[in-house]
Amino acid sequence: MSAARGSLLGIEHLEAAEILKILKFARRMNPDKPRPLLKGKRVVLLFYEASTRTRSSFELAAKVLGAHTVLIQAAGSSIEKGESLLDTGYTLRAVGADVIVIRHPSAGAPHVMARHIDIPVINAGDGLHEHPSQALLDAYTILRSKKSFKGLQVAIIGDIFHSRVARSACHLLSKVGVKVILCGPPELVPEIASTLAPGVRVTRHVEDALRGTDVVMLLRVQKERLAGQKINLPDYIARYQMTAARLKTAKRDAIVMHPGPIIRGLELTSEVADGVQARILEEVRNGVPTRMAILARAVGKMR
Amino acid sequence: MKTRSTNSLLIKGGHLIDPAARIDAPMDILLEEGRVAEVALPHKIKGADEKFDARGLIVTPGFIDLHVHLREPGQAHKETIATGTAAAAAGGFTSVCTMPNTAPVADSVEWVQWLRQPERGAVVNVFPIAAATHASKGATLTDFRSLQRAGAIAVTDDGKPILEDDIMRAALVLGGELNFPVVQHAEDTRMTEHCSMHAGARSFRMGLRGMTAAAEADIVERDVQLAMQIPNSRLHVAHLSTADALKGVRRGKRARARVTCEVTPHHFTLTDDDVRDYDSRYKMNPPLRSASDLEAILVALADGTVDAIATDHAPHAAHEKEMEFERAAFGITGLETALALAVTRLHREKRIPLARVVELFTAGPARCFDLRGRGSLGRGCFADVTIFDPKRKWTFEAAKSLSKSRNTPFDGWQLTGKVVATIVGGKVAYGA
Repeated sequence: MSAARGSLLGIEHLEAAEILKILKFARRMNPDKPRPLLKGKRVVLLFYEASTRTRSSFELAAKVLGAHTVLIQAAGSSIEKGESLLDTGYTLRAVGADVIVIRHPSAGAPHVMARHIDIPVINAGDGLHEHPSQALLDAYTILRSKKSFKGLQVAIIGDIFHSRVARSACHLLSKVGVKVILCGPPELVPEIASTLAPGVRVTRHVEDALRGTDVVMLLRVQKERLAGQKINLPDYIARYQMTAARLKTAKRDAIVMHPGPIIRGLELTSEVADGVQARILEEVRNGVPTRMAILARAVGKMR
Repeated sequence: MKTRSTNSLLIKGGHLIDPAARIDAPMDILLEEGRVAEVALPHKIKGADEKFDARGLIVTPGFIDLHVHLREPGQAHKETIATGTAAAAAGGFTSVCTMPNTAPVADSVEWVQWLRQPERGAVVNVFPIAAATHASKGATLTDFRSLQRAGAIAVTDDGKPILEDDIMRAALVLGGELNFPVVQHAEDTRMTEHCSMHAGARSFRMGLRGMTAAAEADIVERDVQLAMQIPNSRLHVAHLSTADALKGVRRGKRARARVTCEVTPHHFTLTDDDVRDYDSRYKMNPPLRSASDLEAILVALADGTVDAIATDHAPHAAHEKEMEFERAAFGITGLETALALAVTRLHREKRIPLARVVELFTAGPARCFDLRGRGSLGRGCFADVTIFDPKRKWTFEAAKSLSKSRNTPFDGWQLTGKVVATIVGGKVAYGA
């Protein structure tokens, strides 16, 4: 069985036109103005992994659209007792879920679930694989500061290997014609990362990544996912930390983005995080209208 | 006691390929009392009580699979010796070598004997491979001598490689003294923690941690070095999957060390690029490798570097596979598709002579584990025969598999080459 219509499992297999349509619809969504596009629908937020931003903004988005939401977290549910992913899916379907938003530590978990149940599944982050709603809200954020994607260059600096945000961003930006430069040490940015999508290249030098760049996207070093790899943090900071001085290498009107959570003093300085070029909190804000669009699309109301 | 009339069978009209005897010609074969009584030109043998008409078919020594998981004792929900050997017979295998990673691990004389008891219901010959270390924990060697005497034909800690140099050395030394092969699942598990597929562009894209080729090749390199140093030692590399590991095997063979290796049908058919949609039917260990690894394996199959095709038949219940890719069990079934994949991919597509393909299923594996009287149909050999149609097209349907499990990526594949009959000890164990 293929995934139900309206599912959003990743950016990789979305067409550019569909991406632009979601972004356009998101601009019409206003979190302060309830619209009953999901009136009476049940949206289940199934979170196998911790989340602050994604979970709260999906929940708010669903509520603004008039849906009932149910939050299920691994701790305190039958998942703790050993219920399988698929049995959890069947159970939620039987309870009457109309949409499942799932975050899971294992890559592809939403895909496996979507193959077995007949309601839309939205990937809210799966392992190291994809985080499509984040990529969409980032694209939305870029479009709030830049007129269009045309001719843009985005530098993504940091832990690409462990980042589902980076994978989804690469796919999305490549599809809409943006040049992407991935920057970091080989342990975090393997050469093979450039095969992700057309127009993606890898550099080890932060100045090289920043020169001519319109958007600087920073990523956290995911210490919890390193799995035995050792990263020399002082060395990382010396070479890749985004400082106000380094940021000057980028275009004057460059914006700084970060999917959060940010670690001040590691991948960026407070000066950058709180500076005028930062869009970090705006990204969080933009999560709600973007996810409203994703949910409306799930139930066939994105028109 | 059976009468003579039920014990003689004449296979007539077929084309015999017996690489060990250097025969590739139309021949009739008379089986009597569980042995090959006569091999002769067509129409020369008279007077058998039963006849098998093999016109248009290839007749070969019974296939030998050096690497199967029949899951007993302890995991009968995946497979039993009865169902696993039924699937083996359907795939043309008359002998299978069972892996010891059962529950409990087959590390004792008692379990080796248990595996061979008639109560297990095997329909083909079962040759147990015993654990090389107690409970396959890699710490202390099992009693090779007693295990060999009880009927084990090799030792391995399959699924768990023997990592410690000292233990591997000791295993090869003892194995050398007893002429007992040590089978190694070559994987440096210190390098593959949390990995679920081959390390490459595909694993990066899918967000899956990848097993590098080096994790296999490094262990093969170490083992081959040991085999070259230790007199009479016998090393068999299980399910070899990378070009780099082949280099190690070639080095060992050139140095006349007793190093052999096997390759699975899935590793000569699929690559890591076939892993899609987190479908765990493409998840096995070693994982599907890169296209260049596959090319190297094809060369090695053709040039004689690879000694045997082995299936690594690894049945699992649906609930152990249909889950998160990273959590799903490693392994696929393979007994019923091996010959057809070999005929289709190796012979028809890659033009490897059929006689070489047959050798990889017969004389090759028999040599790896010294299975005397098997792998050939010379007079006096065991009456184990496989008869297949090299041209018949068919579609493999996993739902109709004789195995208890369905975890195969080849469901629905159109293949060429179909087993028609499998004869074990002169008796038909499978007839299509």
